[in-house]
Amino acid sequence: MTLTIRDLCVARGGLPVLERLSFSLAPGQALILRGPNGSGKTTLLRTLAGLQPSLNGEIVAGEDDIAYAAHSDGLKAMLTVTENLRFWADVFGQRDIEPAMAAFSLDPLRDRLAGTLSAGQKRRLGLARMLVTGRPIWMLDEPTVSLDRDAVALFADAVRAHLGAGGSALIATHIDLGLDAKVLDVTPFRAAADARAGASDEAFL
Amino acid sequence: MKALLRRDLILAIRAGGGFGLGLAFFLIVTVLVPFGVGPQSELLSRIAPGILWLGALLACLLSLDRLLALDWEDGTLDLLATSPLPLEAALSIKALAHWITTGLPLVLAAPLFGVLLSLPGPGYLWLVISLALGTPALSVIGTFGAALTVGVKRGGLLMSLLVLPLYVPTLIFGAEVARRGADGLQTTTPLLMLAGITAGVIAIMPFASAAALRVNLR
Repeated sequence: MTLTIRDLCVARGGLPVLERLSFSLAPGQALILRGPNGSGKTTLLRTLAGLQPSLNGEIVAGEDDIAYAAHSDGLKAMLTVTENLRFWADVFGQRDIEPAMAAFSLDPLRDRLAGTLSAGQKRRLGLARMLVTGRPIWMLDEPTVSLDRDAVALFADAVRAHLGAGGSALIATHIDLGLDAKVLDVTPFRAAADARAGASDEAFL
Repeated sequence: MKALLRRDLILAIRAGGGFGLGLAFFLIVTVLVPFGVGPQSELLSRIAPGILWLGALLACLLSLDRLLALDWEDGTLDLLATSPLPLEAALSIKALAHWITTGLPLVLAAPLFGVLLSLPGPGYLWLVISLALGTPALSVIGTFGAALTVGVKRGGLLMSLLVLPLYVPTLIFGAEVARRGADGLQTTTPLLMLAGITAGVIAIMPFASAAALRVNLR
């Protein structure tokens, strides 16, 4: 359940962006990632989620522990809110989508096509997906984009409930969620510009 | 897995296009070929098996770039890759959904279109059998092509070029089954070859597709 990272180096497009990164995230903890645009927050989250390999270092987490929410929500415009959420619940082997619907107050939108939702409503649906994954470690990439103040509060409540239930969360965000969480600024870990380890044909190895 | 299949089928029907596109293209080819060849029904019935197979193959090719591109654009692929479903299984399911929405309608409609090309009597059965055996291979190979080119803007052209040579064996043996059937000859050998190719690509291609997709998702 605990996510531990030792001496991690992550790369984007073959260029290292963050190096010598170490931290651990115990159950019940949240960690806020900060850093300027392009500092490698998304790359770090994608690496931890297993979408891309790290250049070196170690990631210790349980099998199938990590749930990942990207910039885009993976919603289908031609499916209703319920169908979208039901699909992800089925993929992750969960039955009940009602708590997730309630947590992000999606009930009034239940039968609307996702394509007709506003940006903030889509985001809420995308975040509700995290609740139906049933996984303990959440990786959230700028989760509050296009959310209004009430929705941000809903999201903070959902994260708090998740932490209370023994989960943990790694959140890249710039706004204050009012969570009792440590903040990790990634700026000191930015890779030196000339560290070109594995820059060339890394994708084919 | 069932959820993914159901979702893909619902999307294909709701979004339109995905379901009818291949069939419409097939219809256009078979309707226009007699106009182009002229009113010589003997010549037509001789080339009918080949034309029908070619039409089915191109109809399959037409809908391939939608296979993964839509899921790529809205981020679904990233999220699927981090889900408990293995990518190999997810891509097999997507190929199956593609076959059900594109290949299966072609198989069912082929006898009807055979009439337009005055396909000889014994050929209908063999045409349907060869298409039913061959089109799954087209969908599975096509999924590989789509996985290879998924991040490329307007990757459709590149994908067609990559996939076309892989389609050749299926086309050769599929059309050969239909042609021999139409001429009343033995069809066992090409039929077995066709079935072998299909079984082989179904067994191997999902792994290649998943590997290609993993590289593209980075």
